[in-house]
Amino acid sequence: MVASSAPVEQYNYDIVRKFTIMALVWGVLGMTAGVYIASELTWPFLNFNIPEITFGRLRPVHTTLVIFGFGGSALFATSYYVVQRTCQTRLFSDGMANFTFWGWNLSVGLAAISYMLGYTQAREYAEMVWPIDLLIAVTWVVYLVIYVMTLRKRSQPHIYVANWFFIAFILATALLHIFNNMAVPVHMFSLESYSLHAGVQDAMTQWWYGHNAVGFFLTAAFLGMMYYFIPKQVGRPVYSYRLSIIHFWALIFLYMWVGGHHLHWTALPDWASTLAAGFSILLLMPSWGGMINGIMTLSGAWDKLRTDPIIRFMIVSLSFYGMSTFEGPLMSLKSVNALSHYTDWTVGHVHSGALGWVAMVSFGSFYHLIPRLWGTKMYSEKLIFAHFWLATIGIVLYIAALWVAGIGQGLMLRGFDEYGNLAYTFIESVSFLYEPYAVRAFGGALFLTGILLMFYNTMMTIRKSKKEQAEIDAKVAAKLANA
Amino acid sequence: MFEWLSWFTHMENTKPFVLVLFTVTFVLIILYVFSNRNRSKRLESYKNIPFDDEDENGQSKDIKNEQ
Repeated sequence: MVASSAPVEQYNYDIVRKFTIMALVWGVLGMTAGVYIASELTWPFLNFNIPEITFGRLRPVHTTLVIFGFGGSALFATSYYVVQRTCQTRLFSDGMANFTFWGWNLSVGLAAISYMLGYTQAREYAEMVWPIDLLIAVTWVVYLVIYVMTLRKRSQPHIYVANWFFIAFILATALLHIFNNMAVPVHMFSLESYSLHAGVQDAMTQWWYGHNAVGFFLTAAFLGMMYYFIPKQVGRPVYSYRLSIIHFWALIFLYMWVGGHHLHWTALPDWASTLAAGFSILLLMPSWGGMINGIMTLSGAWDKLRTDPIIRFMIVSLSFYGMSTFEGPLMSLKSVNALSHYTDWTVGHVHSGALGWVAMVSFGSFYHLIPRLWGTKMYSEKLIFAHFWLATIGIVLYIAALWVAGIGQGLMLRGFDEYGNLAYTFIESVSFLYEPYAVRAFGGALFLTGILLMFYNTMMTIRKSKKEQAEIDAKVAAKLANA
Repeated sequence: MFEWLSWFTHMENTKPFVLVLFTVTFVLIILYVFSNRNRSKRLESYKNIPFDDEDENGQSKDIKNEQ
């Protein structure tokens, strides 16, 4: 075999770079869709009577692009980076890693197009039609094989805790995806299908999937990100490794049981939804344990918050993680849920987790990662600061507006007059939402502006890196010519 | 042959069973993690793994290798 003289990276960073760029592309598209549908709710003329861009079709486009496109690509990128760095070994197979890249991005793109054309399974966060589900299943199994095989050939005797979270996320997501999407196609060449489950079991399966998508996809995996990137950015090891072990086992065990809290006061047996509420309350402990572990990593280095915008992203993300994991158990209580369910409080809660925790920790991790992937400094630190403030103010406006909207809406829907009649008509509760919805759309627009700045900053960083590399190559060529 | 499995189908059996099972497992994990000083020291040493791929100046050691 002839040895190549071309320089190669010890680790496979190419796949990390590709997923990083796609995360930002999907993030920009998904958040644009989000701001547009938020605006449609406020100013319905924006539907323009075009079916493809009505709220009902664009809403799953938004959720799929931000959760699976942005979040999923961010997780592929960071998990592939973290497993290589903490195991000090190259990714198991470059070809298989590339397959996951194309398989995943094709699935996300096809899903978005199919929703706009009106094809959906009508299962929240699992709207993809069955052929796309199959493509995702195959891609995911390949991802699992790559991850396990990379762990098996590690140079480190111990598997660092971030990888525990990533592997739990991969395994759980495989289980959730396969069981929730079991369906019988209407016929071989039809995109429509019937669910294999029926009635309340179908609802239970859907919310077992739905909440664990939050628990394993949007929480456990991003905690894996947190356990690697916060220590690296701060320059200190995690506060307590033993706490991280307790955090992992408690969180993984408890999350599986809580899906039923989405079905309070329904046909689901009372004991099942009470059990789910009980486990939701218990979840507060590992969630806050993990948050404290992350925040205390900064202990002795708090001054860095003044000067380092990346640490700001990370610490604010943990603060939102703490806040939304307090709010979640609160909303899972049957009495609170009677008020909050079917209102915009739920939407606000989801976004405090999705924007405040998931997106902010991803932004922080990417700002740490991008200079290392392209071997240069970020193009502009000022733009990172601007992004931080736009994102933070945007989230606060968003959540506060939807607290007002949701709690107000809940109170109006439950209001009775002295004779026991409903105090408000439904349309009154809708017109009440106008101002909060306008503020929500504005908050979302600020958040979108932030990621647009990040996208620009990243593209300019890549351009700068290429320019620097070209200068180095020219100098080397000149030296060689003179030699 | 598998009649004993029907025991698990009764809520009055499974509820206390899983309560004891999960509580004992959780206590065992806590004891494993915190009970032994040497083990604690070893577990805490793993927190430095993310820094093992840096040189003395905190720079990554991974940038380029010649094949």
